[in-house]
Order: sequence, then structure tokens, then C-alpha cells
Amino acid sequence: MTIRVLFFGHYRDVVPSGEKSLTLPDAATVADAAAALAEAEPRLADLLLRTRVAVGAEFSTADTPLHDGAELAFLPPMSGG
Amino acid sequence: MVLLTTEPLNPQQAVEAILTDSDGAYVQFVGVVRDHARGRTVVGLEYQAYVPMATAQLEKLVADVQARWGLSCAILHRYGYIPVGEVAVVVCVASSHRAEAFDACRWAIDTLKKDVPIWKKEFCPDGTFWIEGDDAVPAP
Repeated sequence: MTIRVLFFGHYRDVVPSGEKSLTLPDAATVADAAAALAEAEPRLADLLLRTRVAVGAEFSTADTPLHDGAELAFLPPMSGG
Repeated sequence: MVLLTTEPLNPQQAVEAILTDSDGAYVQFVGVVRDHARGRTVVGLEYQAYVPMATAQLEKLVADVQARWGLSCAILHRYGYIPVGEVAVVVCVASSHRAEAFDACRWAIDTLKKDVPIWKKEFCPDGTFWIEGDDAVPAP
């Protein structure tokens, strides 16, 4: 499957376009996506420690399964308002 | 009523969106960009938003205020670059009585800060910093 990954906060400085396309095995989860990103870029190794995740713009967890075309977002601690 | 926009905010727009003749009060929180943070001078903020999710989360806050207090709520949030002194966020709650309007407004702005995917970048004379919760991460 191929998914779209979105980055925010200081991770935008690591991934300046703010997004990556990622190809993963079938039945991959959010944790698998994070592991693949960490392997390719050490500055993304702390993603699951520092962020909440959303799949399809809804809060999700590391165990959430992904599907082809899914949109996965890593959300650092928020600071709106 | 929810508005997420890069344009300057008009707080009165939130009042007009929700106030009815049965309301005896409205409570409005207006957040403004200030000139200092964490001991640093701040010249402006850039807010970044995950727009579709932030919009959905703001709509959820409005729905939650309705469900929990039975009150109408309007939220406006600006993103992009905002200079010192300009409005970044407006939360308005209308009610027959003041006590629950204060409670609901306080809850809505507190929850917004935790659960709505918007981030601020502080522009200071000595650098630029992403604010991620309690952390200030230097930006290049």
C-alpha cells in the first residue's frame, strides 16, 4: 500500500514539503510507518515519542491499521489559541 | 459556528453568529499576540494548522459545548503570520445566565489549546522557535 504522511511543527523543518509518500507492506500499522520513516531519516526517530497521530484526520494510535491511500499525520504537542 | 482563516478576525462576528433574544449574556475570550514569551521578546507568530482536522476539531468543540451545557458557541481562529497586537483566536459562548457561560468558554479555550491541531512559531530578535506544548524547538 502507499500512504500519504503529513508533518507539522518542527518536523516541517525536517521534511520541508510537509509530506511524504510511503510504500508499506499490506496490513501495516501506524507504528510500522513510523519505523520506516525513522530508518530513512534519524531526525524522525522520535516521532511516536513526541507526537499524537491521526489517520484520516481522526486521532488514532500506534496500533491503528493503515490502508492504501490513507492520510497519516504526526501531531506534535499543540500550541494554538 | 467555526471559522479558520488567514484573514484578520472580527470578534463581533462570533457574537452575531450565536446571540439570540433569549440570551442574557455572552462570554468572549479573545486571544491576542503578545510581545513576549518565556523571557524572550516576540515580534510576531506564525500559526500552522492541519486545516481539515483543525476545522473538524473546532466543530467538535462547538458540538460538545452544546451537548454539555446546552449553549451556543462560536470559535474563530486565525492562522498564518500574525503580528503583535492582532487577534489570533475568539471563543464566544451565549447563555441566559453568566455562570455556565464562563465555565463553557473556559473549557472550550483550554480544550482548544490541547486538542486542535494548530501550532505556533515564535519570531524573536534572537531566533525563531516552534512551540510544541511546553517545548520551544529552535527553527533554522
